[in-house]
Amino acid sequence: MTSVLIVCGTCYLLKLSGYLIPDSLFANPRFQRINTLIPVVLLSALVAVQTFGSKSALVIDQRLAGVLVAAIALKFKAPFPLMMVLAALTSALIYRI
Amino acid sequence: MSVALPVGTYGTAFGASGIANGFTVLQTCLLSLLLFSGASQFAFVGVMGAGGSALSGIATGGLLGFRNGLYALRMSQLLQVRGIKKFIAAQLTIDESTGVALAQEERGEAAMRYGFWATGIGVYISWNVFTLLGAYGAQALGNPSAWGLDAAVPAAFLGLVWPRLIDKRTQVIAVMAMVLAVLLVPLVPAGVPIIATVAIALIFGWRSR
Repeated sequence: MTSVLIVCGTCYLLKLSGYLIPDSLFANPRFQRINTLIPVVLLSALVAVQTFGSKSALVIDQRLAGVLVAAIALKFKAPFPLMMVLAALTSALIYRI
Repeated sequence: MSVALPVGTYGTAFGASGIANGFTVLQTCLLSLLLFSGASQFAFVGVMGAGGSALSGIATGGLLGFRNGLYALRMSQLLQVRGIKKFIAAQLTIDESTGVALAQEERGEAAMRYGFWATGIGVYISWNVFTLLGAYGAQALGNPSAWGLDAAVPAAFLGLVWPRLIDKRTQVIAVMAMVLAVLLVPLVPAGVPIIATVAIALIFGWRSR
């Protein structure tokens, strides 16, 4: 529970800091570029780890099929809820067979 | 409103993800109420649920929350808020509210401010209502794998990163991050493979091309 509150506090302070500090501090283009890439690498890593990771082992299971279906759905510009449902259905189906 | 509703369904996914990763309904709902930034919330529960330490969960959530601080820099110029409104505006400074505000640029500052507040408040309400529904729903379902929730979580991350993969270079960087993270999974404690990919962002962001 403590960690829940700490992560909430951290993220709130990050938001608030933008209203409290002068913006010239972060105007540097290098900083901007890195900041654009941070969500890209973290979210990509999360996709990969949540698809293949199982504790400290790597496995290929029903999740991969679900994620591949999600990728195809996104490729065809499927709306977010549909993409999630398709991924879950695929994974559940394979898990139950 | 047109933004708030799809976000709501995403909130359901977060609610379910919190439960699937071993958090209680209360903890899941607190994250939506107090943290209120989808990517950070998904990442935090994902890292902790995979057995990561509290520190790596907080670090991943915090790194993903960093961009909200930069949105806030831009929004503070636009909104010119004082006193208590500044603290409310801060909590509502997320991808959606900032995106809608910036999309109204041609229609003038009043429209931009309206876009920020309407989207921020709308998303806040729907995100929290749907988190609660998703958390209760998932709790009732039981085993996450049997309902495909184990795949819905990485699919949610894929949906979040997809619109950011705007050019070839970014796509290559995304693939490198995936490969690095997977390679690190057997070698380092849970959570660390994800944070380690920040190195890729630093290396490629340092140089302009």
